[in-house]
Amino acid sequence: MSEHTDTSATPAPDARVDPVGSASEPVTIDLEREYADAGIAEILDSLDSDLVGLEPVKRNVRQIAALLLVERVRERMGLSAGAPSLHMCFTGNPGTGKTTVAMRMAEILHRLGYCRKGHVVAVTRDDLVGQYIGHTAPKTKEVLKRAMGGVLFIDEAYYLHRPENEKDYGQEAIEILLQVMENQRDDLVVILAGYEDRMNSFFESNPGMASRIAHHVSFPDYSGEELFEIAEKMLAEWNYRFAPEAAAAFRQYLEIRRNRPHFANARSVRNALDRIRLRQALRLFEERGRELTADDLQTIHEPEVRASRLFDPECDDTTDTTDEGGTP
Amino acid sequence: MRITQGAFSFLPDLTDDEIRAQLEYCLDNKWAVSVEHTDDPHPRNTYWEMWGQPMFDLHDAAGIMGELAECREAHGNEYIRVTAFDSTHGVESVALSFIVNRPAEEPGFRLDREEGPGRTQRYSMVSYAVDRNPAGERYPT
Repeated sequence: MSEHTDTSATPAPDARVDPVGSASEPVTIDLEREYADAGIAEILDSLDSDLVGLEPVKRNVRQIAALLLVERVRERMGLSAGAPSLHMCFTGNPGTGKTTVAMRMAEILHRLGYCRKGHVVAVTRDDLVGQYIGHTAPKTKEVLKRAMGGVLFIDEAYYLHRPENEKDYGQEAIEILLQVMENQRDDLVVILAGYEDRMNSFFESNPGMASRIAHHVSFPDYSGEELFEIAEKMLAEWNYRFAPEAAAAFRQYLEIRRNRPHFANARSVRNALDRIRLRQALRLFEERGRELTADDLQTIHEPEVRASRLFDPECDDTTDTTDEGGTP
Repeated sequence: MRITQGAFSFLPDLTDDEIRAQLEYCLDNKWAVSVEHTDDPHPRNTYWEMWGQPMFDLHDAAGIMGELAECREAHGNEYIRVTAFDSTHGVESVALSFIVNRPAEEPGFRLDREEGPGRTQRYSMVSYAVDRNPAGERYPT
């Protein structure tokens, strides 16, 4: 055991950062085996198969994973380029899968050894910013401590910065965040998420933040076909399925819904399906008295889809703020 | 005189890596870890000053090591210990506690003897450091 009597001096440098011993530098490296050993293949594959569409995002995640894998191999060969900056920014409209991809990203980082624990702590402005002077710093630090060893996912990060109020405590949270993002890069990965345009203006007013974010991933909106595929996937997961006419009706529903305000992509699809399930349950309940088969319990019929308020020709209330603009 | 309190106190002082490993063990057991410090290390002085609040819901020791580094900066010449609290229903007590920082010089304790009624002898331990100086100046930096 090493002698360590004066612990009050600066703490010993973190041994974990030390690259793999230079004594046994291998001459060649089989990237294929590294890839298999890291076990990220299955995550990337499941990312491909579980998430519909999002081609640019998948390509981006693959790029980042490849960079990290190659960086890890380079380090083993003694060619380290220093710890790569891993902080990311996910931009896109609501319901485009930012949180889901963040979870997968954490898992990839964990498997590649860039993240010790691989958990995700998802927060918003409320969790970071305090309500009175002196409240913000402990609050932010508390969240940062919880996120250490994993990924800190800040949803709608631009709310941290309130340009209209100079005394806003958000700036304090940003400063603490920046400090940790810079100094404890190997303890914590920060992912900021939000709408593209607002995120851009956030970065414009916080150049320090922009310069510390290495990877920008933008999430496109889903096409109508992709939304339908998502719906089918969700239903399959819940052990439901559309009758053929119901499927056609739901496609129509999506076309109408997409052009309505407050459309939140996959989240709106989920909400619509939830309402359809309610109606289906009600129909079954009202038809009680006859024997039900497993098939009856699974199938969603056209009237349940058509019952949505969106199909009502009189419904053109664009100011409605509810998700669909209607009761189930 | 080297003070031996808590776990590992008969071992040489733990290095930061060893402390980190012990903290990881605590977190794996879902214990909440807190950092405490004092300049009155009498064995009966159970209540040390708290350095911040106990840290619940942590996943990684990095956060605690950060607090410990800050505490050492502020109270490097005092005793610092970390305490792991097991909040399991029915347990709710300290599961592990060990010293992670001690002053460079530890003058130790004196044994006081006091005559009681009859031929009773009462004993008490008095810390030289506490006797000599008021709180805050007991251990030279």
